[in-house]
Amino acid sequence: MAEIITVGGGAKPHITILESEERVPWAGHQARYAIPEVYKAIKDHRTTLLFVNTRSQAELLFQELWRVNEDSLPIALHHGSLDVAQRRRVEKAMETNSLRAIVATSTLDLGIDWGDVDLVVHVGAPKGASRLAQRIGRSNHRMDEPSRAILVPANRFEVLECRAALDANYLGAQDTPPLVDGALDVLAQHVLGCACCEAFDAAALFEEVRSAEPYARLDRATFDRVIDFVATGGYALRTYERYAKIRKNKDGKWRISNPHVAQQYRLNVGTIIEQPYLTLRYARSGRGMAGRGGPALGKIEEGFIETLEPGDTFIFAGKVLRLEGIRETEAFVSNAAGSDPRIPVYAGGKFPLSTYLADQVRGMLADPSRWKALPDQVADWLRIQEEKSVLPRKGDLLVETFPRGQRYYMVCYPFEGRLAHQTLGMLLTRRLERMGGKPLGFVATDYSLAAWALGDVGHMIKRGKLSLAELFDEDMLGDDLEAWLADSWLLKRSFRACATIGGLIEKRHPGKEKTGRQMTVSADLIYDVLRSHEPDHILLQATRADAAAGLLDVRRLAEALSRIQGRIVHKDLERISPLAVPIMLEIGKERVKGEAHDSLLEEAASLFDEAALVEEAMGG
Amino acid sequence: MTGSAAIRKPARLASEIAIAGEEAVCDQGGALYFPALKLLAVSDLHLEKGSAFARRGMLMPPYDTAATLLALQAVIARYEPRIVVSLGDSFHDDWGSERLPAVFRERLISLMAGRDWFWVAGNHDPKPPVDLPGTTVQELAVGAVRFRHEPSRAAEPGEVAGHLHPCARIVQRAKSVRRRCFATDGSRMIMPAFGAYTGSLNILDRAYAGLFAQERLMAHMLGDSGIFPIARSMLRPG
Repeated sequence: MAEIITVGGGAKPHITILESEERVPWAGHQARYAIPEVYKAIKDHRTTLLFVNTRSQAELLFQELWRVNEDSLPIALHHGSLDVAQRRRVEKAMETNSLRAIVATSTLDLGIDWGDVDLVVHVGAPKGASRLAQRIGRSNHRMDEPSRAILVPANRFEVLECRAALDANYLGAQDTPPLVDGALDVLAQHVLGCACCEAFDAAALFEEVRSAEPYARLDRATFDRVIDFVATGGYALRTYERYAKIRKNKDGKWRISNPHVAQQYRLNVGTIIEQPYLTLRYARSGRGMAGRGGPALGKIEEGFIETLEPGDTFIFAGKVLRLEGIRETEAFVSNAAGSDPRIPVYAGGKFPLSTYLADQVRGMLADPSRWKALPDQVADWLRIQEEKSVLPRKGDLLVETFPRGQRYYMVCYPFEGRLAHQTLGMLLTRRLERMGGKPLGFVATDYSLAAWALGDVGHMIKRGKLSLAELFDEDMLGDDLEAWLADSWLLKRSFRACATIGGLIEKRHPGKEKTGRQMTVSADLIYDVLRSHEPDHILLQATRADAAAGLLDVRRLAEALSRIQGRIVHKDLERISPLAVPIMLEIGKERVKGEAHDSLLEEAASLFDEAALVEEAMGG
Repeated sequence: MTGSAAIRKPARLASEIAIAGEEAVCDQGGALYFPALKLLAVSDLHLEKGSAFARRGMLMPPYDTAATLLALQAVIARYEPRIVVSLGDSFHDDWGSERLPAVFRERLISLMAGRDWFWVAGNHDPKPPVDLPGTTVQELAVGAVRFRHEPSRAAEPGEVAGHLHPCARIVQRAKSVRRRCFATDGSRMIMPAFGAYTGSLNILDRAYAGLFAQERLMAHMLGDSGIFPIARSMLRPG
């Protein structure tokens, strides 16, 4: 075992938040306002590394920088969607110090230490103190000189988040997300892989596996079920003994039944299931004509589409679209007639705000003495919020209700990250429906959640017809979650991944690779049959754990719901509050570019005019 | 919107139709019943498909046969037929009937008891099943109808076939629904696959070209709550 050497001292990093002359935007993730100042910073340094949270942000920032790049400085782009050869060229250029700036996503977070980087610019909020520290560490590796970094918040909530991250960085706080328990499908693949190398003893392998932290709490019974799954499928109906992939020999060791098993294993080894994006395609190209050949609209995150059901509408590329169905790696959509997209696309990053930073931001909101560290316009925003509505105390959850246009809105501010908020939104609208609130849709960001309804939710709460305590009760993670999951594709998708990693479905056979369609169809049928005949099967157990930890962020939501019990503060307002402006703009975002002939979209666009919203919220 | 009217009607558990003048009932479970003949037809059971994959190293849940037999038991209980015709591909491969676990073999034999049972030979199971009663035939003519596994290319009034695993898709109120279906133009019928692990092929696919008089083609789609007769004009490919 190597020893960890802790070195004390070293130069403190020099980190600042960009103080722009420009107005800090209310919403969005582009930070366009700061481009001239960012460009100037690049000019003033030898080599600048610019970090963003998503690929689309990287593309946009890169374009914007080149738009103002009067001196034709060599500025390059580096992210995971780019062709490998192109990425290598960029890295090469960086090593030889022939670049002045490079725009990158998390692909360059860790371990890459090249070039003479003397400035790190972080555009958008870092989402976690540890991540920020990692990224800032990419600049200047000499212990005695400070790393220099500038944080560029893209909106007002991000100002708070950047401030919190910066304070945490000086405190040396670490908030790497807690380790997720090791997945059982991955373990199954490992067990088969071990058998392919050499015969193994179950007890010895169990001890070895438990020595890895994610599996430290694995019990022997579960481990044995995994071995059983690898051997014969692990079904209660024991009919596959004769097709066993691994067998226990007389010496008590498990080995593969025949060389074919090892061959199949080698063709299918790997735990990364490609296909994070789906192509969005029109299902119909004209009246009465359906087909697979509709025009493609672009790529969309699979994780987002998965949470929708057919018929749900959403916004993409400035259009209101209705999901028709998913086939292979394509999502089929049609133009929607309605003007109330149920779940608009979130344009932010995939990392949820860390629990630590969320806590810090809540603390900052509750403590006016800390606002001095914020830019004036942001501090003013909070002061006016206090005046028009209320700022929640640190442990409280603020729920605001107000009418706007033909709708009634409910906005809450849990600061638990987008995934947890999206799950909360799904469950909350189900409950609101049952309680007679007639919800129409919701939108979730890292900071808040807004739902809109036909019913006057605020009035219902005040009259005691609707109880917020009941609406936000922890029991939503029981039956409501189950019912939602039963209807959604989420579990089927998770199952397909688990079944592939666990070796139930094989990606590749010698000489032929299964198409995505064949995989999807067979996995869905298998899922239905297994779910109705053996709901406790280990692969279904792995599937549920996978979905809960990943796309749903159930643990985070559970902690939040438990934290706010008895601490919900309701404010019924006549109009939108200052704090609600950012998420209300998320609802309206992208609608402005709707098709010209669509009067409903025009109406929606004017309904969410930023100036009007701000005037209404902040004005007298 | 005629199609939406069809969808909104109270769900029916069976569609009454006629094939070459012979009256029949399309059951919601995917079976076809001829009351006058007391004959029940099912197609493409693909029993032991799971174990067929297991033989090749993919240990799929061995419950497809159980699921299929449960469904079969339900339709047989509903109609109490005198004759049962399994329209081919009853087993996923020629060894399927050998692999059939004893518990399922017994269940199947008890379903067969007291009825005339015909196994129509299919491309997956050309040979008669092992250790099971019933009569294996290439095709079977009863009354005005003729049962065979693969639909013939020539016009064949009264033909009832399977093999293609038909499904249909509609788009209604901008929602898409894709379901297994009976496909018939009143002269010929292609039955949906009955087995739990069977995929399906849209009846607008070119594999069906020339089989139906398009203007009379109806898809009797198997919904969750009932069966829905849908006209050709409402159907969408894919």
